[in-house]
Amino acid sequence: MTATKYIGKSIKRVEDKRFITGKANYTDDIVLPGMTYGAFVRSPYANAKVKKVDISKAKAMPGVVAIYTGADVAAVNGVPCGWQVNFKNGATMKEPKHPLLVADRTRHVGDPVAFVIAESRAEAKDAVEAVAVDYEKLSCVTDPAEAVKPGAPLVHDDVPNNICFDWELGNPKSEVDAAMSKASHITTLEFTNQRLVPNAMEPRSYIGSYDPINDKYTLYTSTQNPHLIRLLMCAFVLGLPEHKVRVVGPDVGGGFGSKIYHYTEEALVTWCSNKIGRPIKWTAERTESFLLDAHGRDHRTKAEMGFDKDGKIVALRVKTHANLGAYLSTFASCVPTYLHGTLLQGLYTTPKINVDVTGVFTHTNAVDAYRGAGRPEATYILERLLDLGALEMGKDPAELRQLNFIPPFDGVKQPGYQTQVALQYDSGNYEGVLKKGLEAFNYKDFRKRQKEAAKSGKILGVGISTYIEACGIAPSAVVGSLGARAGLYEVGQVRVQPTGKVSVYTGSHSHGQGHETTFSQLVADRLGIAMEDVEIIHGDSESVAFGMGTYGSRSLAVGGSAIVKSIDKIIEKGKKIAAHKLEASADDIDFADGRFTIKGTSKSLGFGDIALTAYVPHVYPKDLEPGLDFSSFYDPANFTYPFGCHIAEVEIDKETGKVTLTRFVAVDDVGTVINPMIVEGQIHGGVAQGVGQALFEGTIYDDEGNLTNPSFMDYCMPRADDLPMFETGSQVTPCPHNPIGAKGAGEAGCIGSTPAVVNAVIDALWSAGKKVKDIHMPLTPERVWSALQ
Amino acid sequence: MKINVKVNGTAYSHDVEPRTLLVHYLRDTLRLTGTHVGCDTSGCGACTIHLDGKAVKSCTLLAVQADGCEVTTIEGLATNGNLHPLQEGFHQEHGLQCGFCTPGMIMTAADLLKHNPKPSEAEIRHALEGNICRCTGYHNIVKSIQYASEKM
Repeated sequence: MTATKYIGKSIKRVEDKRFITGKANYTDDIVLPGMTYGAFVRSPYANAKVKKVDISKAKAMPGVVAIYTGADVAAVNGVPCGWQVNFKNGATMKEPKHPLLVADRTRHVGDPVAFVIAESRAEAKDAVEAVAVDYEKLSCVTDPAEAVKPGAPLVHDDVPNNICFDWELGNPKSEVDAAMSKASHITTLEFTNQRLVPNAMEPRSYIGSYDPINDKYTLYTSTQNPHLIRLLMCAFVLGLPEHKVRVVGPDVGGGFGSKIYHYTEEALVTWCSNKIGRPIKWTAERTESFLLDAHGRDHRTKAEMGFDKDGKIVALRVKTHANLGAYLSTFASCVPTYLHGTLLQGLYTTPKINVDVTGVFTHTNAVDAYRGAGRPEATYILERLLDLGALEMGKDPAELRQLNFIPPFDGVKQPGYQTQVALQYDSGNYEGVLKKGLEAFNYKDFRKRQKEAAKSGKILGVGISTYIEACGIAPSAVVGSLGARAGLYEVGQVRVQPTGKVSVYTGSHSHGQGHETTFSQLVADRLGIAMEDVEIIHGDSESVAFGMGTYGSRSLAVGGSAIVKSIDKIIEKGKKIAAHKLEASADDIDFADGRFTIKGTSKSLGFGDIALTAYVPHVYPKDLEPGLDFSSFYDPANFTYPFGCHIAEVEIDKETGKVTLTRFVAVDDVGTVINPMIVEGQIHGGVAQGVGQALFEGTIYDDEGNLTNPSFMDYCMPRADDLPMFETGSQVTPCPHNPIGAKGAGEAGCIGSTPAVVNAVIDALWSAGKKVKDIHMPLTPERVWSALQ
Repeated sequence: MKINVKVNGTAYSHDVEPRTLLVHYLRDTLRLTGTHVGCDTSGCGACTIHLDGKAVKSCTLLAVQADGCEVTTIEGLATNGNLHPLQEGFHQEHGLQCGFCTPGMIMTAADLLKHNPKPSEAEIRHALEGNICRCTGYHNIVKSIQYASEKM
């Protein structure tokens, strides 16, 4: 066995240098020869007929190269949805066209009506102002629960009641109703899981370029998955041959889901670059990011949890209206269904569960996966109901969880756990993380501290959240049967150079996750070589064979496993080469610490010797190809299931209602960890976003369909002085079905934290004698103060 | 309009449109792309630079306002090939993930440490109120600045 030099160590990131010196290469940093700049004329109305678009004045303005309107792209397909959900009656979900530019009707504020291309950014913006559009404003609807009511304005004339799909999962309703009717206590919550703006710090940016000599397109795009964008754009939108399209995702400044999807602007700059014969750059302004980057969450939910007299959960019933926005974004349909409904077992043995989801079109921006994607919504339901149930029944919330936990199982000696909502959990030790969390928080002394604080006029509260999530969504055959229109494998190529240096090509895409470090650690350890001898290459469809990209916390569990498969092939071939040179049988060769050794002897060859021999095959097995270069596709056997325990402590200011997060403990079990520093960083960032949802963030649409807080001046992002230092702990329950044991850490923080914070505020209010069940997120000072009166 | 400006120690003279923002002058004309544009309301701090030694948001200034001034950007922070203690701190304490806010964070923190070499955690957090990071939850940014404070 190779000793681990790197795995499990907090190695400093190898990619840092370019970022801390200002030498990173984001899409907007790229300038191509002859490049032009694009800007959009966007609808100021949520629902309007476009009666006339007059571009004559704008076209004559200085620097204007071309202007395109909806009529020009009428024959071009719209951007597709990548996941088909069926109605309960088996009918296919409604999929109205999402055009690159609208021709006759706008369906949300910001819908693009014309695209202006000019010599400079400023000239493009000047010309946008000169495009005259004649709109006929119509009434609109923004709330999904309102949109399904008879008589509500229609987003698409051919989608009755604005319903994209209705869907249910779990046990039959009648069984759940029967179980619920026998409950000795039912806790009910009706709430909004509010709409959030992902706000990656780098605004989306695209450069389309066309080379007429070679009939070849290049798209630079701030994306999480360049190959997926190429596939969707070529096959479904523009009808271009993939081998003539190169898609590059250079350094990308955060994604959080919002850069998974194929956006209309990507296809438009590519299409227009051919028309004008010059490269076109479009970079979103932050207002456009607020208006148009796919949003997250936005569920209207009624949830009921039934308990028996001891506190055992007997049934769970959930009804949700999920707002999908005006058009279906790439994965919009799977988020409130297969990534939400399937997680409602949580960590608990609940015997009867039914979830019913209606996907609804409204005159708002599209909603899709945002960090956590469905799992935060499911976790919020479960963890709020449990804590509230504990308060209502006078039980301790930690003990109530303990009573309901699925017992520990490793997925090897004990089988995986089959849920009532279609999933089979891989491995888990849920009481383990709760115990660690309670100890780290010093939970047993909290009530004493709470009482003492109350004496000095302070209102303290504690909130617990024990979550499970599903990452590395797979295998392809299963997700295909559930409606995915893509495979969910990953590709990893390991190319050993003749000198023994190693180039790794991964279909995963880093936009802050530190893949260049983590994957190097993994490869270096497995091959017994120095990390400096490994280079990770990603993000360019021209160098990486194929890839599905990075989302759903899949990079290490799926992408890393594909790399390991290739490493295994390298070692196997290396053994054959070594055996030949050492005059032994390949079965008698061991590989460890970078050396191929005849078992029980000291005769060995180094990794570098074998690499050189593979490329200079003078003394070489007859039946073996030269070279040492393997590519592998890894299609996981199952999802992975990270879990953890988050505990928040808050203090409420009586006078103002301001909530201060005073402590946050996170004990996460994300399986095997390669780089603890990077994993902790992921948890920190996730927790901050989850706290952001609980306390600060949320879109506000007015009755006219305007997003009234589309800037950092109006939409409250968590800032440094809003947050404490986080206290992180860990437990490791390896994933039994992938070769690394990793489960995924990218979203965990965001999934567990939100209900912990809200639970803490509710606990604080109950301790102050205010027995409120819920406060709408975000828990602003005004809302908390009102609850205190 | 003609402007004369010294950026990272080099003197430049350019004709600029009066409406050109300083950040666009730095990025487009001088091709110093380490300074980023993260918003259009001076809310995010990704464009923070030093103007005559003071941290300012370069999207809030016109290029013509920098006429006769000295500008330092993230590209000019290292001296003689040695990273600034803050750059080292962000690397050592994992103070960055996607890296987009990092130049602005470092430039803001450099200003803080100049005026307050040993800031408390609360003072660091307060000083960062004009800089948004979506990746780190600020935990390791605070530690990075504490690291630099120790080193300087």
